[in-house]
Amino acid sequence: MKKPKNIYLTAGLVLTCLVLAVALVGIFWTPYAPTAMKFGRFQPPSFQHLFGTDNFGRDIFSRVLKGTGTTLGIAFSTVTLGALLGTVTGALTGYYGGWLDEALMRLNDALTAFPSFLLALLIVSLVGPGKKYSVVLALGLVFIPSFSRVMRTEFRALRGQNFVTGARLMGAGDARILAVHLLPNTLRTLLPAFTIGFNNAVLAEASLSFLGIGVTPPDASLGYMLAEAQGMLAAGPWYALFTGLTIVLLVFGIGLLGEGLQNHAGDT
Amino acid sequence: MRKRVLAVTLILVLALGLLSGCGKKTTTVPTRNTTNEAAIGIAQDFDSLDPDYMTAAGTKEVLFNVFEGLVKPNAAGEIVPAVAADVIRSEDGLTYTFPLREGVKFHNGSPVTPEDVVYSIERRWKDTDPSAQLAALSVISSVAAEDGKIVITLSEPSNEFLAAVMNAYILPAGYTQQETAPVGTGPYRFVSREVQHSLVLERFPEYWGTPGKLDKVTFRILENAEGLVLGLQSGALDLVAHLSSDQTAQLSKEDFTIAEGSMNLVQALYLNNAEAPFDDVRVRQALCYAIDKQAVIDLAFNGYGIPLGTSMFPSFSKYYDDSLTGYYTQDLDKARELLTEAGYPNGFEMTITVPSNYTPHVNTAQVLAELLREINVQVTVQPVDWSTWLDEVYNQRKFQSTVTGLTSDNMTARKLLERFGSDVGNNFTNYSNAEYDEVLEKALRATDDAEQIALYRELERNLTENAANVYLQDMADLVAVRSGLSGLTFYPLYVLDISTLEWK
Repeated sequence: MKKPKNIYLTAGLVLTCLVLAVALVGIFWTPYAPTAMKFGRFQPPSFQHLFGTDNFGRDIFSRVLKGTGTTLGIAFSTVTLGALLGTVTGALTGYYGGWLDEALMRLNDALTAFPSFLLALLIVSLVGPGKKYSVVLALGLVFIPSFSRVMRTEFRALRGQNFVTGARLMGAGDARILAVHLLPNTLRTLLPAFTIGFNNAVLAEASLSFLGIGVTPPDASLGYMLAEAQGMLAAGPWYALFTGLTIVLLVFGIGLLGEGLQNHAGDT
Repeated sequence: MRKRVLAVTLILVLALGLLSGCGKKTTTVPTRNTTNEAAIGIAQDFDSLDPDYMTAAGTKEVLFNVFEGLVKPNAAGEIVPAVAADVIRSEDGLTYTFPLREGVKFHNGSPVTPEDVVYSIERRWKDTDPSAQLAALSVISSVAAEDGKIVITLSEPSNEFLAAVMNAYILPAGYTQQETAPVGTGPYRFVSREVQHSLVLERFPEYWGTPGKLDKVTFRILENAEGLVLGLQSGALDLVAHLSSDQTAQLSKEDFTIAEGSMNLVQALYLNNAEAPFDDVRVRQALCYAIDKQAVIDLAFNGYGIPLGTSMFPSFSKYYDDSLTGYYTQDLDKARELLTEAGYPNGFEMTITVPSNYTPHVNTAQVLAELLREINVQVTVQPVDWSTWLDEVYNQRKFQSTVTGLTSDNMTARKLLERFGSDVGNNFTNYSNAEYDEVLEKALRATDDAEQIALYRELERNLTENAANVYLQDMADLVAVRSGLSGLTFYPLYVLDISTLEWK
């Protein structure tokens, strides 16, 4: 029987690769210097300036190229940090249970009870604004609870399975069981969680930049650019349009990828 | 899961639809009021209706129409008699006599008596809690009413005294309802207020001077900047001040005229003169040579703004020395040369700390960063929230450089220059120059106006020659006025005079 094609996975991969390519190009080459202000304010899109120019006369295409990289970098490191710490706490609490479970999960609840945004703001102001890692740290910590909750459920469900008992009878220690026997079985959940988290991170970076806390000007990030563009919808609608579209493509692609991965894992 | 993807797709389509709507403009031409009224949009609520307790500039701006002192400012920047008919200053500058104007009435109908005036002055001088007292009135030694005249004696001569009298608003003696139902002597009187929504004023028919022309003026509070523009477009508002050039660009040219005044502030790249590398005058001068003021105005302000060369703005015409504006014209070679001499042949790195809630300053900093790149100075723009800025930059002076605007909230130029004296408490730039201190002391002690002007100008020149800061511009104040509404007058103060407005 022929396997049905996984359209989500294919579409997701294509879109994500496209955005990744944009980001990669942005690292090495932009048509103009992304901070140069000499092209005239609010020039509409043309062959010289594919996406037009902004309120300072900067080339928006160059800034999108550069900004995509920044946004991707921040989102990726954020969600990795969150997933890493979340998986560790989730695995420990789910596998061992007991008072550790109680203590960590209540702390988790407390973190969830805070509006995540406020928490990020708090952390950024503690670490000090203007450093890229402060945004990563803040958002990364904010993402821990969701990961640890999901992973705890997984580990909890798996720990009583026969293959775990089998492994233990073979003399495997806790560390080995956790890392070798259980972790791979949670990938089915972890991967989609990772992609959803990734999208949340892109949007969260956008809103933090929006508040002037994330990336500092004149550095470009998609979030910061969209924030700037908001006040210029009438003067230069292309500014919001193209930055917004890039974010949409990015989030949509990763979303599809997550969906596809989940289906893929379900098939096998 | 499938449903979610569908939902996301739908949202996308919707969002694109919204954006596509942005290109076209569908405006219905609003017709103007047939009644003799006007609605003015303001961006913030009032902090207090009691004039002695108002501190927000936005409140003073509006209540300027309701309250008056013995003297008041006029559009030319002079202090003219108001509730007083005249000002007589004794030869030694220690006694001021104010004969009261005949027939001045409060908004509640009762005439202004000498007792009211003494009460009002004393209230601002010593009788209220310290937050409402005016520091410049502390030189008073006595206030007395003598047959229709108010005589104020001072313990020492003061150039600031008359400007302070301007802010000692004349109120009915013993009246305690100022906070809820303010009563003054101005051309407009209070009708009603809805907190966070509006304030309504009506013409005071028994005003002593030229009466207002509009019957009723409503100030609508719209804290969202977009709301102000939408209000104008929809016809709900007739006049909004302090707009950005990007906002005024959204208004149709047939329906609105855009009046350009100035904010009366000195916007500059303020440098911490005590911290390297800005403790070296050559580095500061290099920055001045590297920055084209007009480029900043063009890029960040769409060309609106008046370039400045020193800590004074043109509205203070008698003090303002225009020749200093062109003292440094952009000369990159000269700038590089100065940097090399100062020991920075390869440039240096610097941080501009800006208050993030003031978009104009953040934008200016971005343009400066780009301009300074030309002489190899790498700039990091650091936005911080307003309270952090006040605390760390302004009070603790822990900064390298910042972009902000300094103003003078009364009619004297003193505030703009005094703050650069070495030991002055609010000298946040740490400017220290022995010659400056000497001239400043002379200027503050001068009682002769012409002498003081000459000394003030000397101070301005000192700031420019030593490149104390990179002075940029007096920012433009753009006011959108509905066609047909005329008579808008700009003051060298942050006030909006509604008494001259009329429909034509």
